[in-house]
Amino acid sequence: MSEPLIQLNQVNLELGGRVLLENVNFELGAGEILTIIGPNGAGKTTLLRVALGLQRPSSGQVKLQRGMTIGYMPQKLHIDPTFPLTVRRFLSLACQNQLEKVLPLLAEVGAGHVLESSLQTLSGGELQRVLLARALVREPNLLVLDEPVQGVDVHGQTELYQLIGRIRDLRGCAIMMVSHDLHLVMAATDRVLCLNRHICCSGTPESVKNDPAYVELFGRQAVEQLAVYVHDQNHQHDHCADCSRRSCNVR
Amino acid sequence: MFDDFLLRALVGGLGVALVAGPFGSFVVWRRLAYFGDTLAHSALLGVALGFVLHVNLTVGIVVICQLLAILLFASQRQRQLASDTLLGIFAHGALSLGLVTLAFMDDVRIDLVGYLFGDILAIGSADLGWIFIGGGMALGGLLWLWKPLLAITIHEDLARVEGIAVDRINWLFLGLIALTVAVMMKVVGMLLVTSLLIIPAATARRFAVNPEIMALLSSLIGCGAVALGLYGSFQFDTPSGPSIVVGACLIFILAFLVPGPGSKKALSRN
Repeated sequence: MSEPLIQLNQVNLELGGRVLLENVNFELGAGEILTIIGPNGAGKTTLLRVALGLQRPSSGQVKLQRGMTIGYMPQKLHIDPTFPLTVRRFLSLACQNQLEKVLPLLAEVGAGHVLESSLQTLSGGELQRVLLARALVREPNLLVLDEPVQGVDVHGQTELYQLIGRIRDLRGCAIMMVSHDLHLVMAATDRVLCLNRHICCSGTPESVKNDPAYVELFGRQAVEQLAVYVHDQNHQHDHCADCSRRSCNVR
Repeated sequence: MFDDFLLRALVGGLGVALVAGPFGSFVVWRRLAYFGDTLAHSALLGVALGFVLHVNLTVGIVVICQLLAILLFASQRQRQLASDTLLGIFAHGALSLGLVTLAFMDDVRIDLVGYLFGDILAIGSADLGWIFIGGGMALGGLLWLWKPLLAITIHEDLARVEGIAVDRINWLFLGLIALTVAVMMKVVGMLLVTSLLIIPAATARRFAVNPEIMALLSSLIGCGAVALGLYGSFQFDTPSGPSIVVGACLIFILAFLVPGPGSKKALSRN
């Protein structure tokens, strides 16, 4: 097997006396889609920031494959209303004004019509698509998406996840994303990592959703609702060792 | 009517307005108005330093502004105090420390009002040199950092992931602003420096379709304000620095009567 794109080894992070990440280990291989889910305050965004090298861990190792290009889609984009910025300019800032590159990308994510719009006037869904296009501009080996469907209605969310899946199939890039909507993401991911400061459980979507740690973390009701979306009766209980030792409740 | 001092005032004022435009745009985009104010407030401490060390007062101001910029940058990494609280402490602390220090120097009598509100009519050739060399350097530096600064203004982490040395560029940018503020002191005074940064930029926003046009328009509007203010000051015998700011405010208000490309789009969008 080839060298993983990202490898986290016993990563701990403590800021101002608060433990944000505890003994996190995982790796991400080429072309793989990994989704991090967890409740609010579980450290999902923090984990992305550590993996990207934006935040240094208190202890442990973060290894990124050398020479890898990363496309990053941040959770929020706060641009002051006084900043005159069109979508065209926003995208071309990442690629030395090569417009011939920008146009097909924008079409690929389904936002070709906003090319000349000002960034501040975009709707939630349009902005997410433009941010996704920006992440793709530099032809990344790895896409890191922080809540890519934020502020998008349910129908649009399904579409966006399908789009993300297509992007991986077409480009073969690995994708690491954060999400807290459980049901929609299940279909569009190879592996799920359930985080509540430490990794509660991980594995295929199927195995995770039946994991007691997952059930405990998100509550039985949420999980039963989930069953409506993922039609699956023949599941197997797949416990991960970590969960039996530790409570996954929000402390 | 074009006496030497008036010509010098006009040339100096226009030079400052040209530099202030692009910097003011970044100050508005990045919400650094209070930061600029804090730097300007420290200028009096620079004046005091100049007297104590017997160096050129402008050198003193530049040095103190740079030191404060470094101090502010470093202290923003802590999370105990909100940054505007911190800026308030530095701004008023530095201003008061400057006033107190000057009060200790019995043999020094300075034109305090001139430092607070500017004295453009007293601009000498040395001041012009500062404005054009110092201001030119600041502007050159800004042009050099232009693209990465735009990327940082959009999203710092995104810029970092894309390989921009965010911290180093922020350092340099704050240093350049500190230099600009020090250079602008002479024209509008420490209490009004920020106004010449933000009013032209705010005026330009409605007519700007991209960052470069906004910066350029800000410069031109600033030049208009300087010309207007100087004329008013000369005509009505009013203090020059405040007259320039009043001129800038007048242009700001008048600009609302002109329909801009931005306003039409905003209306049709809603």
